[in-house]
Amino acid sequence: MREKIKKFLAQNKNTDGLADEDDLFEKGFVDSLFALQLIMFLEREFKTHIPNELIKEDNFRSVDAIVGTVTSLQGQG
Amino acid sequence: MKNEKKIKCVVWDLDGTVWKGVLMYGDALVPKHGIREVLEELDRRGILQSVASKNDHDEAFAKLKEFGFDEFFLYPRINWNSKATSIREIADALNIGVDTFAFVDDSKSEREEVSFHLPEVLVIDAARYLEIPDMDRLKPVFVTEDAVNRRTMYRDEIIRRKAETGFTGSSEAFLRSLSMELKIAPVSEQDLQRVEELTLRTSQMNATGYTYSYEELRALINSGNHIFLVAELSDRFGSYGKIGLVLLEKTDDSYIIKLLIMSCRVMSKGIGSTLLVFLIKKAAANRKKLLAEFLETDRNRAMYITYKFMGFSETERDGDRALLMYSSDAEREFPDYIKVLSE
Repeated sequence: MREKIKKFLAQNKNTDGLADEDDLFEKGFVDSLFALQLIMFLEREFKTHIPNELIKEDNFRSVDAIVGTVTSLQGQG
Repeated sequence: MKNEKKIKCVVWDLDGTVWKGVLMYGDALVPKHGIREVLEELDRRGILQSVASKNDHDEAFAKLKEFGFDEFFLYPRINWNSKATSIREIADALNIGVDTFAFVDDSKSEREEVSFHLPEVLVIDAARYLEIPDMDRLKPVFVTEDAVNRRTMYRDEIIRRKAETGFTGSSEAFLRSLSMELKIAPVSEQDLQRVEELTLRTSQMNATGYTYSYEELRALINSGNHIFLVAELSDRFGSYGKIGLVLLEKTDDSYIIKLLIMSCRVMSKGIGSTLLVFLIKKAAANRKKLLAEFLETDRNRAMYITYKFMGFSETERDGDRALLMYSSDAEREFPDYIKVLSE
C-alpha cells in the first residue's frame, strides 16, 4: 500500500527528498486540488469509501498519516 | 421522475441519419436535406455534438470532412463497439452526465439498445431530425456568448489534453505550463444570462444547488447585503469563458457563501481552491468570519472535499445540509500556477 501511495504522489508532484513522515501541507506539497485527486485515487485503488468525518488535513498530512487512515478503514472491513 | 434536463450533447449516427445511403455498401452518399441547418442551429445554441457510428473510422471521417461536417463533432466514436459504450465514452471525455445526452439513429435496434443500457438518454428516431431544434429539451433557456463559443472552448480543451499527454513531468508542472489567469469581478448586468446558465447547468461543482430566477439574480447585483462575483479563466490555449460564480451574504460579523459554482470544464484546474483562498483573504481583510452553506448531493462531493481541505469544518449538520466554517489559522496563498486578478 505504502509503495502504491508513494508512486501516486510521485506521478503528480515532485517528491525528491520527501520522507514518509514529512508534512505534505507544510511543504506546500498538497493543495486542495491535489487532495481531491488523492482521495479519489485512494478510494479507487483500495476499494474503500472515506467518510466525511475523516476528510480533513490531519488524516492526509503525510505518507504515514495516509497509510494510517486507509488501514483503519480497511480494518473495519 | 421524468428527465426534463436540458440536452447538452447530441450524438448522431451517420448512415441513414446524417446522410442518405450506407458507406459500407459503396452507396453514393448525400447529406440529408436540411441536416446542415440542424447541426448549425444546435451548435449556435451551445449544444455539443458527437458521432456514434459503426463504420471504418478513416473512411467515414473522410466523408464528414468532404461534407464540411467534421468541425461540428467532438470526440466522434466511429468503430464497431456498442453505441451505448460510445456514448459513455463521449460523456466521460466531455465530463458531462449521460442524462443530458440525446442520441439520434434511424435504426430501431440501435435506439433500443441505447435505451436499454442508458435509459436516461433521450433517444430520437432519425426520421424526426428536422424537428430536433423545436424539441423543448433542446432549447436552452438563453443562448449566451459562452454558449456560442462552447464548441471552440471544448476544442481548445482537446488540444490542451494532447499537450498534457505529450508532457513529461508531474501534473502540477503541467498546470504551471498553462500560464492560467483568473479574473474575478462583480457580476454585471451583461453577465446575468451566463450566470443563470451556470446555476442551471452545473451539478458536480455546485456547493448548494440553489437556483435563482433571472429577476432575483438581477436584484442581487445591486443588493447591499450581498457580494456577487463571477470568475473568468484563460490560459495560453485560449479562454475558458466565465466559469465560476460566488454569492456571499453579508452579516454583521460574517460572510456566508450561498453559492459556489464552477463549470465542470475547469475541474482539476484548482479553481475551487483558488476562489476559496480569495474569499478567505477577503474575509480576513474585512475582519469577518467566513461561513459556507453546503447541500450534499450524490454529485458534488468534490466540492465538499475542497472545502474540508481548505480548512473548513462542519459547525452544523441537518441531514444533507451542512454549515461549514473556516476555522484555520494557516496562511492561505493562491496556487503558484495561477495568476489572480481582481477589481
